[in-house]
Amino acid sequence: MDFFNAIALITNFILLPGLTYGSQLALGALGVTLIYAVLRFSNFAHGEIMSFGAMVCILFTWLGQSYGVSFGFLPTALLFVPVAMIFTILYCMLIEKFVFSYYRKKKSNPIIFLIASIGVMFFTAGLIRFIIGPSDQSFNDGVRFIFTVREFKTLTGLNEGFGLKTSQAITILTTIILCSLLFFFLNSTRTGKSMRAFSDNEDLALLSGIDPNKVVLLTWIIAGGLATFAGVLYGLDKIYKPFIFLQMLLPIFSAAIVGGVGNPLGAFIGGYIIALSELFVTFAYKKVLGYLLPENLEPTTMMQFLSTDYKFAVSFIILVIVLIIKPTGIFSGKTI
Amino acid sequence: MFLHAKNMVGGYGETTILNNCSINVKQGEIAVIVGPNGAGKSTAMKAIFGMLDLRQGNVFFDGEDITYLSPQDRVKKGMGFVPQTNNVFTSMTVLENLEIGGFTNLDKIKSNIKEIFNLFPILEEKQKQIVGELSGGQRQQVAVGRALMTNPKLLMLDEPTAGVSPIVVKELFEKIINIAKAGIAILMVEQNAKQALEISDNGFVLVQGENKFTDKGMTLLENREVRKAFLGG
Repeated sequence: MDFFNAIALITNFILLPGLTYGSQLALGALGVTLIYAVLRFSNFAHGEIMSFGAMVCILFTWLGQSYGVSFGFLPTALLFVPVAMIFTILYCMLIEKFVFSYYRKKKSNPIIFLIASIGVMFFTAGLIRFIIGPSDQSFNDGVRFIFTVREFKTLTGLNEGFGLKTSQAITILTTIILCSLLFFFLNSTRTGKSMRAFSDNEDLALLSGIDPNKVVLLTWIIAGGLATFAGVLYGLDKIYKPFIFLQMLLPIFSAAIVGGVGNPLGAFIGGYIIALSELFVTFAYKKVLGYLLPENLEPTTMMQFLSTDYKFAVSFIILVIVLIIKPTGIFSGKTI
Repeated sequence: MFLHAKNMVGGYGETTILNNCSINVKQGEIAVIVGPNGAGKSTAMKAIFGMLDLRQGNVFFDGEDITYLSPQDRVKKGMGFVPQTNNVFTSMTVLENLEIGGFTNLDKIKSNIKEIFNLFPILEEKQKQIVGELSGGQRQQVAVGRALMTNPKLLMLDEPTAGVSPIVVKELFEKIINIAKAGIAILMVEQNAKQALEISDNGFVLVQGENKFTDKGMTLLENREVRKAFLGG
């Protein structure tokens, strides 16, 4: 029984939040990694693009709600994700047209692209503050829990339990569906293969009649779409905070690099590695150990490796370790 | 004349590498460009393929002036090119490499792949394998296969035997003869000058970007001066 109590605790405080946060990171990291693989630069504006997507979704959700639109027990915001995606993709195309295409024509060094993307990041952040303001926005309506900790406890008779938030279930499911679609697209369709070929060997791809403009456009469409989902799902699960997306760049880039930058499967797995490590390291194990250890060995301290304030340090440490030991990441990166 | 590159002058930036260089290939024949290191062999081929802007001279292909076409457009006109390095998609499977070559001509993709598997049986065996894991000779076959998928009338090979073992060189040359027999003209740059000239119909000896000798492959092989200077006696 004690064992199951411990499992329930870990599920509630590490596993479910970790998988949820990991999914959000994975979606973000996939966008970063695709842009790196195809357009060959690290897009620091990606966090703000996620924020932009979430913002548009919130604005349309408010508009919808004012007309009485609702999505039953699911958050209304989900209905407006497609609209938000369209706006975000358009925004990405505008950036591409007015910022990045110039450097692409000049065949600039990737570092120039990176610096330009930092500029885009600040611009986008400013634009978002200008439109929706700097304060937090909560936009999650619908039923909050699929089942709560209390319901779980009464059902199983355990002392501890775990609850499943609607936003958690939506996040994990959506991520699995989106990633399956993306991997199917990249591995089995003609356009997907063209994208991979372009990423692998640009010159040879051109000689095979692959249209570079089409590939670039498609990359922005996919990256923008994934970023919208990542931003909205993060906002639904926690809260929409314009400031958080700058901080999220670190775990997102860590996820992409841990998995092998440029490798979509790596970004996907990397998201979960980063998220779960953050939670494993910052979780207080006192209660869990209390259940698992014999009575006289029960810990008296919190049994926490790191305070939650330091959770960003975790992704940073992982990033440094990976860069020292295996710079190409788990799945040797650089191409898709 | 099927391919007629006339009096090409050009180079990278200010430097001049090609100096009045002319290359001709007839339909269905094998032509080889040989010469010492730095003679501009690969550059001549790049110029023919449009990867180098010419300052003077013209390139005619199949009766058309293609001097100002981009490499991509030349592929559409029926030129196939196998670069010396980076000539395969290393992270993709053999089959995917061939498919990508065939994206320009979708309805012939299946029959073309079948023909290429006939020509290179090893590729059929390894079709699901990632190209980066193949040996040098096999990769070269993938590279030639990918170029053949674009249905070229002229196949240009930049040192196809660089870095492969002597036995494989012989095998590759046999395949190249087979491709030529199927009616595809071949123009190649070769380090293995002797072997290449043996299988070729026409040879071009370049020195400092200029045509030094132009003749039948066998005649060049017998030419004492050519032998002494380029073939080691």
